[in-house]
Amino acid sequence: MEVAKVENVTRVYAVGKVETHALRGVNLTIESGEFTALVGPSGSGKTTLLQLLGCLDRPTSGRVYISGKDVSQLNRDQRADMRRGTIGFIFQFFALIPTLTAYENIEMPLLLNGHTAGERHARITELLEAVGLGDRGASRPDQLSGGQQQRVAIARALASKPSLILADEPTANLDTPNGQQVMETMTRLNKETGVTFVFATHDPRVIGYARRVVTLRDGLVAEDKTVGKKP
Amino acid sequence: MIQILKLAFRNLGRNRRRSFFSALAMGVALALLLLMASTIQGEMNDAIELAIRLQSGHLQVRTATYDEAKTSLKWEDLIENPGQVAAQIEAIGPVAVATPRLYASGFVTTREESAGVRVVGIDPLSDANAPYRDGMQEGSFLTPDDREGLLIGRALANRLELSTGDVVNLSVNTSGGEVDEQAFTVRGIYSTGSSGYDGLTVFLPLAKAQALTGADQRASAVFVMLEDTAETDAVIAALQAPGYQVLTWRDLNELLVQTEQLSASYMVFFYLIVLGIAATVIVNTQIMSVYERTREIGILSAIGMRGRQLMVIFLTESALLAVGGILLGLLIGGVVVAYLSRYGIPLAIEQFGITGMLFRDRIYTLLTVRDTVNLTLMSFVVTLLAGLYPAVLASRMEPVAALRAEK
Repeated sequence: MEVAKVENVTRVYAVGKVETHALRGVNLTIESGEFTALVGPSGSGKTTLLQLLGCLDRPTSGRVYISGKDVSQLNRDQRADMRRGTIGFIFQFFALIPTLTAYENIEMPLLLNGHTAGERHARITELLEAVGLGDRGASRPDQLSGGQQQRVAIARALASKPSLILADEPTANLDTPNGQQVMETMTRLNKETGVTFVFATHDPRVIGYARRVVTLRDGLVAEDKTVGKKP
Repeated sequence: MIQILKLAFRNLGRNRRRSFFSALAMGVALALLLLMASTIQGEMNDAIELAIRLQSGHLQVRTATYDEAKTSLKWEDLIENPGQVAAQIEAIGPVAVATPRLYASGFVTTREESAGVRVVGIDPLSDANAPYRDGMQEGSFLTPDDREGLLIGRALANRLELSTGDVVNLSVNTSGGEVDEQAFTVRGIYSTGSSGYDGLTVFLPLAKAQALTGADQRASAVFVMLEDTAETDAVIAALQAPGYQVLTWRDLNELLVQTEQLSASYMVFFYLIVLGIAATVIVNTQIMSVYERTREIGILSAIGMRGRQLMVIFLTESALLAVGGILLGLLIGGVVVAYLSRYGIPLAIEQFGITGMLFRDRIYTLLTVRDTVNLTLMSFVVTLLAGLYPAVLASRMEPVAALRAEK
């Protein structure tokens, strides 16, 4: 089943009179359950493509479909609604709210989706266990290591049971053991829950976890290679 | 909502000192407003009460032709048989006391100095004289049959360096349009707490004042005090009679009443200026907060928070700052106002040259529930309005741009 699709997507940034073409006509379809890496050198358009897939931004031209719905021209609030129910994010920086505990950070998307207190508690407990942080729910982000914070971010991304999780360089700020742990957690959750992961990286060790590798170069898909089977 | 409150509260807790000083700015502003409002209220209440007790009474009955500005002593402008008229008025239920008074202008002369005065002939036995009798500082009060004694106020005594027993010359205008002069002995010195009044008013027994001015048995007015100020309008109808005019304390203290009404409206501008200054502190704090937390705004947006929900978070923070500020303001303002309501603020009003109005020498603050509630609500609303711009700023951030921000 098709989770996300982009058709002839371009994205042009204008800074003053200078235009930068981040994407020049990308076509890509993401199927349910994929564990896909977007790779390519800096400036190749990986992050821009993730932002468009994540409804964080709108394409200059072309179409973006999420779960079959054209999201290319949605306004800010409509895109927020789309993200809330369908898409989870993991960022390069440990994107947790510093004033909230790990538990409360995971709770935030559930609150936004209107889950009851009981539902929230059950889901958060389950997710904390799933990312190996069952005993760290009460910890604030500054009391957690980088790897632990990123695992909390993974749990938060999964909280609302989205169909697509987008990760932008999820291990870039982690040392090797923590990076491995994060990637193993993502791989395991992909296998166990079937949720689709698309992550941008240029780290060869991380690319090794992917079953599909899409290479971007100069704002275009240069190569699209399947390297493993769907779980 | 509880989660948003929790989030907002913790956000304020990130920079406690800054949050505290922002709330304090609003608190000081509110305290200042409470002080201003209570000072004006206290002053106006005192001034009106003082004017009623000392000068105008609740009501005055005069002949239809009496012109106060001229302090007329012509017989046709004066009340004949004032004692009888006063007795009839006193028989009306809500009237506490009614007493004839004769007003004349004159001047007091000592060997070295002289001063213009308002001469008031009073019935020394009337209860309406309580403010003067109670305020006797030295000597004794007048008696009805005293033909050579007068009472002067402390301010006048100080200015002319007089004390009890001293002899002064009193010159007054008479009914015939001439000036008559006679030596009097200072029987006593009173103080009403209003230097403006005490520096200008000299009392004589009514009979002596009538004789001195040639008013015969007549009086300028019947001075009426009621049991309750609120009864004023009800009593007017009962006092109407052909050839007479009935003036209320509002008519007789027009300047004071207008000042009170005016002060209520122009004070709003002062309030808004003070609150506006405090609001800029809140705006500044919240804008800083928005820029410091730009990336967090991006994160919240990325996980699906709508612009309006982001706005609510920042507005809630402003509301919490407002509540903190209001509590501080009520505390600081309450303590200051309570102190000044007891000990007062010294006021050298004579030096301000305000005429036509009586002021006590100290202002005692009076904070009403209405002022407290109004100013508290005004502070809250202004703080929320101040928080609106930063909240809108946060709500309109594009998530992509917000996520790119430096931590």
